[in-house]
Amino acid sequence: MYDVNAIRAQFPILSRDVNGKPLTYLDNGASAQKPQVVIDAITQAYSQEYSNVHRGLHFLSNLATDKYESVRGIVQRFLNAPHEDDIIFTSGTTEAINLIAYSWAMPRMQAGDEIVLSIMEHHANIVPWHFLRERMGVVIKWVDCAPDGSFDAQAMIDAMGPKTKLVAVTQMSNVTGTRVDVKAICHAAREKGIASLVDGSQGAVHGPVDVQDLGCDFYPITGHKLYGPSGSGAIYVHPDRQAEMRPFLGGGDMIDTVGRDTVTYNKPPMKFEAGTPGIVQTIGMGVALDWLMQIGMDNIAKHEAEITRYAAAKLQSLNWLQVQGTTADKGAIFSFTMEGAHAHDLSTVLDKRGVAVRAGSHCAMPLMEHMGVTATCRASFAMYNTKDEVDTLVSALELCHDLFA
Amino acid sequence: MANETFEELAETFEFLDDWEDRYRHVIDMGKAFAPLDEAFKVPATKVEGCASQVWLVTSFDGQGPDAVLGFQGASDAMIVQGLIAVLHALYAGLTAKEVGEVDALAELGRLGLNDHLSAQRSNGLRAMLARIQENAAIEAAR
Repeated sequence: MYDVNAIRAQFPILSRDVNGKPLTYLDNGASAQKPQVVIDAITQAYSQEYSNVHRGLHFLSNLATDKYESVRGIVQRFLNAPHEDDIIFTSGTTEAINLIAYSWAMPRMQAGDEIVLSIMEHHANIVPWHFLRERMGVVIKWVDCAPDGSFDAQAMIDAMGPKTKLVAVTQMSNVTGTRVDVKAICHAAREKGIASLVDGSQGAVHGPVDVQDLGCDFYPITGHKLYGPSGSGAIYVHPDRQAEMRPFLGGGDMIDTVGRDTVTYNKPPMKFEAGTPGIVQTIGMGVALDWLMQIGMDNIAKHEAEITRYAAAKLQSLNWLQVQGTTADKGAIFSFTMEGAHAHDLSTVLDKRGVAVRAGSHCAMPLMEHMGVTATCRASFAMYNTKDEVDTLVSALELCHDLFA
Repeated sequence: MANETFEELAETFEFLDDWEDRYRHVIDMGKAFAPLDEAFKVPATKVEGCASQVWLVTSFDGQGPDAVLGFQGASDAMIVQGLIAVLHALYAGLTAKEVGEVDALAELGRLGLNDHLSAQRSNGLRAMLARIQENAAIEAAR
């Protein structure tokens, strides 16, 4: 039995007031709040177990290193990756995708080669590929979604041609909540000898992930959306792809030996982790993922599906509200606009009612352009949100309608 | 010091105790504010630093410190459009020299719209104030 109130009780921030109202936090797509276990782990790490990792032989360095390195195995289990060495720590999805762009894609692509993207990508899965377009003449091929937000996986498969080297696609749109059949895409890509990157920024938060079943080559996650600290993240890299990668950032930890005219590198995955990492952030992410696995990602998915159905019915019944993305199996992310009011108007009034939403282009300008909107409001739900909070949102939107219509 | 229109506005706001009524009033002011001719919506009049789109056009009747300020403006966000109308009430009709003497943040604070005044807020009220004050300072120095 999923007890949402017991889960809420573990997030101290959820019991605070905002603008004199109980907080209704619906900006989880941007970043999720942190449970007490994560907050405690951060405090514990800094107050009792902190030192730099990988380089000292003293007690605290060994302890911190053990704690930090144990997270690799946790991420491996969370993603069902074959080996913990397939996991590279990063500061988040953005760094992870940039790593792949510089380490894997740049050395093996040339002018005219293609990268296939969906129109639903957020900027972290667009701009690194623009670098290759700008600097190397790589061609970006876009696959659109339908007006209701649905995405045709076959269209993406058909877009992969003889010059395609990589397909990069989100598992779940951060704007419309659309789920993509990434498994079909990755399997088709593998058959054609094309590498696949599945952006798990949103997808990994809302349900179980199995990178072996998906058949992807790269799968980045970001810790702060997974109830962990900001500045934490990781990427699964298929061992064959990892063997093809050259180092990206240079510095300490990623080297074996450094001479005046020579340098040799550490073994992967550390070869791709230069400098002092986000030690405590990573430890905190490990605690968050462990905690999520104890609750069960499938249980979280069930709870969120119920919230999504409830919210979809409520929001779509407001005939003065335009909801972007209405697919039946969508994730708990709702973008909407209201005739006559700007997204910032809506978020300002919602904020007065204690409801936190995001307003703007959601770091997904190509999708916004495709949908024909400049800005939307986005309510994104998490494991701790309730139907009552959907009602609070709807009631605040009714006030917006009253004020702006 | 502010002009008479603003004093009246401040008096009205004294009777509006909850935020909903204050917002309603600001929004209504925005709706009633003369629309800006599309021809004026150009990069030169656009105020950067606002999350929504904002245009401000200042004009001066006369020259130098005694020139009288007039301005038009528009935003695609209704609350911001209302804030432009509030700024119009605050500044329009003042001389270029007087504009520089208004403690805008203190005056706007009297309306209970304080949450729009923090530097970090992206609604751009500060950017709009800066644009008006800058244009007035240039005129006053002529």
